[in-house]
Amino acid sequence: MSKELYIQFYRTMYKIRIFEKRIEEFSLKAEIPGFVHLYIGEEAIATGVCANLTHADYIQSTHRGHGHTIAKGAQVDRMMAELFGKSTGYCKGKGGSMHIADFSVGMLGANGVVGGGYTLAAGAALAEKIRKTNNVSVVFFGDGASNRGTFHEALNMAAVWKLPVVFICENNEWASTTPYLDVTSVQDISVRAVSYSIPGVIVDGNDVMKVYEESGKAIERARKGEGPSIVEMKTYRIKGHYVGDPEMYRTKEEVEKRFDANDPIKRFKDKIISEGVLSENDFKEIQEKVINEIDEAVQFALDSPYPEVEELYNDLYID
Amino acid sequence: MREITFSEATLEAMKEEMERDDTIFVMGEDIVRQGGIFGQFKGLPDSFGIERVIDTPISETAIVGAAIGAALVGMRPVADMHFADFMGVCMDEIVNQMAKIRYMFGGQARVPMVIRAPDGLIRSAAAQHSQSIEAWFNNIPGLKVVTPSNPADAKGLLKAAIRSDDPIIYFENKDLFRQTGEVPEDEELLVDIGKAKVVKEGTDVTIVSYSIMMQKALEAAQILESEGYSVEVIDLITLSPFDEETVLESVKKTHRLLIVHEAVKIGGLGGEVAAVVAEKALDYLDAPIIRIGAKFTPVPFSPVLEEAYRPKTEDIVEGVEGMFK
Repeated sequence: MSKELYIQFYRTMYKIRIFEKRIEEFSLKAEIPGFVHLYIGEEAIATGVCANLTHADYIQSTHRGHGHTIAKGAQVDRMMAELFGKSTGYCKGKGGSMHIADFSVGMLGANGVVGGGYTLAAGAALAEKIRKTNNVSVVFFGDGASNRGTFHEALNMAAVWKLPVVFICENNEWASTTPYLDVTSVQDISVRAVSYSIPGVIVDGNDVMKVYEESGKAIERARKGEGPSIVEMKTYRIKGHYVGDPEMYRTKEEVEKRFDANDPIKRFKDKIISEGVLSENDFKEIQEKVINEIDEAVQFALDSPYPEVEELYNDLYID
Repeated sequence: MREITFSEATLEAMKEEMERDDTIFVMGEDIVRQGGIFGQFKGLPDSFGIERVIDTPISETAIVGAAIGAALVGMRPVADMHFADFMGVCMDEIVNQMAKIRYMFGGQARVPMVIRAPDGLIRSAAAQHSQSIEAWFNNIPGLKVVTPSNPADAKGLLKAAIRSDDPIIYFENKDLFRQTGEVPEDEELLVDIGKAKVVKEGTDVTIVSYSIMMQKALEAAQILESEGYSVEVIDLITLSPFDEETVLESVKKTHRLLIVHEAVKIGGLGGEVAAVVAEKALDYLDAPIIRIGAKFTPVPFSPVLEEAYRPKTEDIVEGVEGMFK
């Protein structure tokens, strides 16, 4: 394991964390409009998975998609501007948090429809199979989304055609405001892989190294043309379903306990320090740079103009 | 000129386009072995292999979703729906994904794909295999909805749809598949998407129709002409967004409008055409606008009931005659 990769993992996770904290502030003040879903506590998953991908590979993200977008290599300033609804955003202010995309890095879009991404990811993989490339497609989804019919249709299709697509489950235990076990027939989503004769594995989703290694195996398998897998990342949603969620369904203590015991960023930092790879000073340097980058992104968003009203009719049809 | 069937015309369109552009592929249920229910895909696997002519699971949601995903990364998929009625299964993929992706991502994405959807009444196929559902998509910005009324247009319109960079729903009437007509042997035969066609000129009344009902519209026009009325007939071809200009221009000349489609009248496309004319050309009208469509019931099974459900030529004739009383 190289020092560079350690730094990259830490920097990406920390960048997602700071990004999310800043947008939480602006969302609570209603300066960021619309629905915002935070990825805090789940940073290791996007970071570890996307470290196995190039920009020629694709991801399909979710409504909780800022982490995936950052990890896939999107710029935080254009992301921030999009969240503020500004014309300099990735989608010219037409998408917002739930519909952010950066096609230039293979980020094919967040999706406001839970479970909307599977079939699209399978299709991108089908395209690569027809073109005989080695590119792969990855779809992120939650425990709740695994109860959609799209999950079944996409998995069966991907399995029977051996498509280069990897299904990354982020099991954060909460389907919106409902405990996933109240509405899900299995404890481990990955066991559903058996129905499609594909591998299904369980991973500690808050251990970025494990995420990287295990998703890497599934991605490598897909690249070699051996077909899809389900990799289930066990994690926990630290924030409410959306910013402003009163969270009547669980206690603060429960959340704090889970976070203190299993913050993926703290865990990784402790590990690196104990291994003597980086010092506290090294971390300070990385943190300052990231905070600076996010501050600049916020400033960029604040300084950017809203779209002209004429923009309303643009991008509807090409021909 | 040579005559071929509507089905053969669409097959020719597929072959010519797939030869021209290897990013085009087609997928759907029962395409490879069966060649499509109406023979509309017969022989395609021999020409292009099963990599580009793909039998799918019975998974309409995954068919359309995968077509969208492939389109997003540079392919030009054609997805067959077997029967248009089954688009209910994949409605989210059509209206929330396919139609909106380009817009909500600020123009980063292209979704150059075609959904082929055989629709309409055919031999007692009944409630879930007979519908004309074009109106479902009429208030979804981002989609284009087209439908041909004859073999030549079937070919030219399908070719144009495949070449278009926009997501398109191509409704093809099931009863038309076996009908023959003159089709030019021209690989550049293209029908303009977004443009209606004045198929017959006239000065007393405008009949707007599309798909299989064009035949009844023209039949009615012939009867009405023999009674001394001069009838203009417009084939809408593109149903959404439809060509307002051609319709308005015609109505301003004829001062009377009748719209006829096989879909149920209530909530049908006729209402939208009528509303546009009422908004923009009310002063030109000499008679109330008439809409003709199927009865407001599910499509019944028994041939007797199916016939009672179906809009007829005499409905059109009587409608027009009534405008002059």
